Amino acid sequence: MAEVSWGLATSHVPSIGAAMDHGQTGQPHWKPLFDGYAPAREWMAAHPPDVAVVIYNDHANAIGLDLVPTFAIGTAESYPVADEGWGRRPVPDVDGAPELSEHLVTELVDAGFDIATCHRLDVDHGLTVPLSVYCPDPGDAWPCAVVPLLVNVIQYPQPTAARCYALGRALGRAIRSFPPALKVAVFGTGGMSHQLAGSRAGLINTPFDRMFLDAIEHDPQRLAALSREDYIRQAGTEGIELIMWLVMRGALSPGVKRIHETYHVPASNTAAGLALFEDLG
Amino acid sequence: MTRARDDYPLDLAAVRRGYRLNRLCGSLADAANRRRFAEDEAAYCDAYGLTPAQKTAILTRDWIAMLDLGGSIFYTYKLAMVDKLSMQHLGGVFTGMTVEEFTAVMRSGGRKLG
Repeated sequence: MAEVSWGLATSHVPSIGAAMDHGQTGQPHWKPLFDGYAPAREWMAAHPPDVAVVIYNDHANAIGLDLVPTFAIGTAESYPVADEGWGRRPVPDVDGAPELSEHLVTELVDAGFDIATCHRLDVDHGLTVPLSVYCPDPGDAWPCAVVPLLVNVIQYPQPTAARCYALGRALGRAIRSFPPALKVAVFGTGGMSHQLAGSRAGLINTPFDRMFLDAIEHDPQRLAALSREDYIRQAGTEGIELIMWLVMRGALSPGVKRIHETYHVPASNTAAGLALFEDLG
Repeated sequence: MTRARDDYPLDLAAVRRGYRLNRLCGSLADAANRRRFAEDEAAYCDAYGLTPAQKTAILTRDWIAMLDLGGSIFYTYKLAMVDKLSMQHLGGVFTGMTVEEFTAVMRSGGRKLG
């Protein structure tokens, strides 16, 4: 049977990808962030998964405003890297894991989650930047296959944090009921506090982010109990992306070991966080 | 259900209001569309059925008016990229700062707002 081996929470800021793509990771502005990633990358490289389930949101690239699924899973054999308007990132296209996708869709629908399916999906920085956080130099191919799991965090009303945590619990059960003996990593992406538009642009709420980084390990129920208004008020309109970390945490066992964390302000206009957990089963 | 208290939540009313403007901005992810837009911005706006106010906001790069007219930052940012303007530039516009001032505030830890 498949197992959930570890979970990674990480921001998916476009400029983090651009800094890697343009060889700027050693510059003074970026070095502290990438130095902060190093211990997590070293541990992950020593524990490579067969498949990564990446929970992320599209940013007006594959999902327009015509159809906005609350939850969706990619079911394709491969996913092209999106051109978001400034040329596609120079990283490999993403290999899918269609049999696992099919299993997850079936199990999650049976569990009461109404999942949309995407058979054609250009993946944007929301998915590729976390893959680069895991693997900075993929060469011609990423080191693992990927199942994209999309969450609407852009259009109001977003799903509640509680629903995301419950989806994660069901996702973990679904992964563990997949017969092949695969090692699966789960990525929760996006966040932390940030707001891009309006008079609160530039908002950073470090106390909230620190609380979240701690509670995602010890007390995810506390985070699941917050309303979407709580997230938007405290973490900003885009800080609500943090609800995707709860899908990841729900998929892990209650017992986890924190391998590493880092927190950096700013990456672009954003507080960038990373937390890596080993699943203790 | 309560509503989020913020300047520009992309709720369904904003989606209705800004649908055509956002659709235009989203189209600029395509290089051929960027060329067509550059050749005749006004005609491009007309082809997307923008209201006169939306058209003026696009042509004059009034970033705040775009938001007032239903624009989503994830779409209007694609127009900003056509102009080679950063998210820090837009942050400055939204908060009444120069891009240098806004960037300095971010580098010193961001804006502490409730």
